[in-house]
Amino acid sequence: MKTLIYLAIGILFGITMFKSEAASWFRIYEMFQFQAFHMYGIIGAALILGVLMTYSIKRFKIKSFYKNNIHFEAKEKSFYRYLIGGILFGLGWALAGACPGPMYTLVGAGYVSMVVVVLAAILGTYVYGILKDKLPH
Amino acid sequence: MDFISQPWPWYVSGPMIALIMFLLIMVEKRFGMSSNLRTMCSILGAGNKNEFFNFDWKSQRWNLVVVLGAVIGGFIASNFLTPNEAVLISESTVSNLQELGFESAGKTYLPTELFGVSALSDFKSLAILIIGGFLVGFGARYAGGCTSGHAISGLSNLQLPSLIAVVGFFIGGLVMVHFLFPLIF
Repeated sequence: MKTLIYLAIGILFGITMFKSEAASWFRIYEMFQFQAFHMYGIIGAALILGVLMTYSIKRFKIKSFYKNNIHFEAKEKSFYRYLIGGILFGLGWALAGACPGPMYTLVGAGYVSMVVVVLAAILGTYVYGILKDKLPH
Repeated sequence: MDFISQPWPWYVSGPMIALIMFLLIMVEKRFGMSSNLRTMCSILGAGNKNEFFNFDWKSQRWNLVVVLGAVIGGFIASNFLTPNEAVLISESTVSNLQELGFESAGKTYLPTELFGVSALSDFKSLAILIIGGFLVGFGARYAGGCTSGHAISGLSNLQLPSLIAVVGFFIGGLVMVHFLFPLIF
């Protein structure tokens, strides 16, 4: 049952990524050129609702669907890993035109070349794991 | 149905993303897509060689199911919900891209110059796909998250680290598009 719930959420996510065009390489390029409001509108609207949602869940101690308390994990405090990692991610995001969620979606949409991007992303993750202790965090 | 078959405007798409995060929170999970890449490394056996991948990946199976759903969702949206896949980017974006040699700008969902099947046999476009994907995977894990984990979930929880990461995403993206694209294309 739970598996079906996760699958349904994923399907909804995939459809949203494709239909919103957030999975389009062109939209990412356009965003970094500041030539349209579209992507900023998507991220901004999601964010405003996300902030209100997160605040409300904490403030009103809203329980999960399974009647448990909801915890939000704080991100580990640091600077360099977020900045350097973020910059490297941004370089790849603009070049491949897809972040991880849309990558999977585009594979489903039938773009065979996106399989190459996903495999390269897995390799990138692996290489990070190997170099982790040598990198500034 | 007409509404669904059109591209979704930002004021539909943004709230949909918030809804997806809400549903994940309410089933006691979190919205983060790049952590699946680490899980896949573990499944492929990376945990035998490296501590970072030596974790109970089965506890992350739920997220792989979300990924499977995202793949199916992409299939459904592309095949049944989108009669015309052309992405109507702005005029100025189209002309910028045409100058860079992207004739498909404004006509397709992804640039055929990079993502068409024939591009796979072209060394340069294949290298671009591999380098782009590699940076996304490496950078996301280094930064501890991607667009979903930092820009949406982390910022929604007012996390300073996520703000730093998102600033990084934009520095990287702007450098790529404004300084490196003219050299690459």
